[in-house]
Amino acid sequence: MIKIENLHKSYQMGLNKLHVLKGLNFTINDGELVSIMGSSGSGKSTLLNILGLLDNYDEGAFYLDDLLIQDLNETKAAAYRNKYFGFVFQSFNLITFKNAQENVALPLYYQGVTRKKRNRIALEYLDKVGLKDWAAHLPSELSGGQKQRVAIARALVTNPKVILADEPTGALDSQTSYDVMDILKDINKTGISVIIVTHEHDIAEMTNRIIKLHDGQIMKPEEAEKSASYV
Amino acid sequence: MFDIDKWQEIFSTIRKNKLRTFLTAFSVAWGIFMLIILLGAGKGLQNAAMHNFKSDAVNSLWVYTGKTSKAHEGYQPGRNIRFTNKDFNETNRLNKEVIQSSSARLSVWSTDIQYGDELVGHRVYGVHPGTEELEQLTFEQGRFINKLDMKHFKKVVSISYKTRDALFKKNEDPIGKYIRLGDMPFKIIGVFKDQSERDNERVYVPIATAQKAFGEGNRIHNLAFTSEKISIEQSVALEKDLRKQFAKRHHFDPEDDRAMYVNNNIENAKEIRSVFTGISLFVWLIGIGTIIAGIVGVSNIMLIVVKERTKEIGVRKAIGATPWSVINLVLLESITITTLAGYFGLVLGVGILELLSANMPNSDFFRNPEADFSVAVSATILLIVSGAIAGLIPARKAAKIKPIVALRDE
Repeated sequence: MIKIENLHKSYQMGLNKLHVLKGLNFTINDGELVSIMGSSGSGKSTLLNILGLLDNYDEGAFYLDDLLIQDLNETKAAAYRNKYFGFVFQSFNLITFKNAQENVALPLYYQGVTRKKRNRIALEYLDKVGLKDWAAHLPSELSGGQKQRVAIARALVTNPKVILADEPTGALDSQTSYDVMDILKDINKTGISVIIVTHEHDIAEMTNRIIKLHDGQIMKPEEAEKSASYV
Repeated sequence: MFDIDKWQEIFSTIRKNKLRTFLTAFSVAWGIFMLIILLGAGKGLQNAAMHNFKSDAVNSLWVYTGKTSKAHEGYQPGRNIRFTNKDFNETNRLNKEVIQSSSARLSVWSTDIQYGDELVGHRVYGVHPGTEELEQLTFEQGRFINKLDMKHFKKVVSISYKTRDALFKKNEDPIGKYIRLGDMPFKIIGVFKDQSERDNERVYVPIATAQKAFGEGNRIHNLAFTSEKISIEQSVALEKDLRKQFAKRHHFDPEDDRAMYVNNNIENAKEIRSVFTGISLFVWLIGIGTIIAGIVGVSNIMLIVVKERTKEIGVRKAIGATPWSVINLVLLESITITTLAGYFGLVLGVGILELLSANMPNSDFFRNPEADFSVAVSATILLIVSGAIAGLIPARKAAKIKPIVALRDE
């Protein structure tokens, strides 16, 4: 599904060059539940941006469904994002003036689905996350956990192959965090790959595989074990 | 383009920033409003000026008597020049090639116009048949004086509709009736209407009859003629020729501007027209300046809106919005604000002009202020174009937003 080979990425910071990702190699298969862990500055968000086609990389190769992703223009990237990925953000990023149902329906709008049909589908997905009765509510009328569930419904509505979640529980208390993780796990059971970026150890533990990043490199399992002991 | 979601989004952002949107919209509306009012006022002035001309044939030349101001051929200055039938006949003969219709005029002073017990103080003029064209008369009933009336010194009169209304009862047919001009009965042959209200306080009789009946001999007070399709330069040359011709007959200096007066409508009309072209150009300039201020305002607002919505636009891009759809959103919002606001200003401006036009009596200085259809159409096009221009820079900025920005949590 996702194959990364010797991936490098650096940012130009004034005169200095900040080397963020220093040659990553990994593969994520169809239907995996993976977490990318690391402290801030380890490059995990940069990696997620590259995986989600939100950013370019400098060196190496990135295959998505055996397709080499390289120098996509914006329009094409938008189309791929819409087709392959569902995004879940730490701060939910729901559109404030749209109600839950309209928020969920938005990705379908960009796919050109008719209004009637996308509202019906959106309601279906809201039902899946247990928020059918809240369809007409604005984000401001929802709790944090509810907002994140709406965001998850929005990520799912296009039937993506991969869910990319950037600190999905970062803004939630621990009980709500576990609820959200349960939903993500359920999603994974339907065959959708779920990639979660987090710095919380207990959240990462709930995934099937942990990719640990440290200073832009993947830690070997034995090093990871060692570091895990003092996290 | 018609898409409920898009409009819903546009209106919800407008709703979210009511005051700001209102202030910008107001500047655009004000710009268009002022443009329409100024154009309408300019048009009102122009209409009045053109109307005054139209009341007489636009291609006419009028010659009036004066008093000499220079000594010439042994005559002292200060001599009154009097025109006679000879002047009229000679003018027609000497300028045959250019004259179309012509008429001399004799004002009959202090003559009451009477019918039964009714009396009205309108003027009596003795004229030639050419006056019908010179004054651009239209007839409600009957006809004007003709050559036969002249030849037989007939006591006939063509009255204005005002004279008719003053003398006759509503359903009485004036044609064939006799009215008294001074002591003499004249038979009514027609009822006319002049475009200039002032000129409707007149009645016309054949000049030959008038000279005889009122004891004026061969005297005329002025003469006029129309000349078809001559340029301003030609009309000015004609004016000079006329002066020479009259100077020779009346022994005054052709350079003596006060011995006779020529009112050259051909020249005047064109001059007035060019003045009004200038005025309307100036008005457009001011109007467009005001609108540009509005455009800058809208553009500014949209820039702020884009900045505030950076995160939202980023999210949209993350879930599949193409750059074009983002540009589209911003452009459409900008066009919507300018078009709606501008339209409001347009309607308000036109409404006020209509109100003015309906409630203000027409005068010789100002009449029918109006914004014509072509102005409204060009203003509307101007609005849409300016909305697009106003949205262009912010839209490009919005399209360049990287979705990463939305992902970053501060």
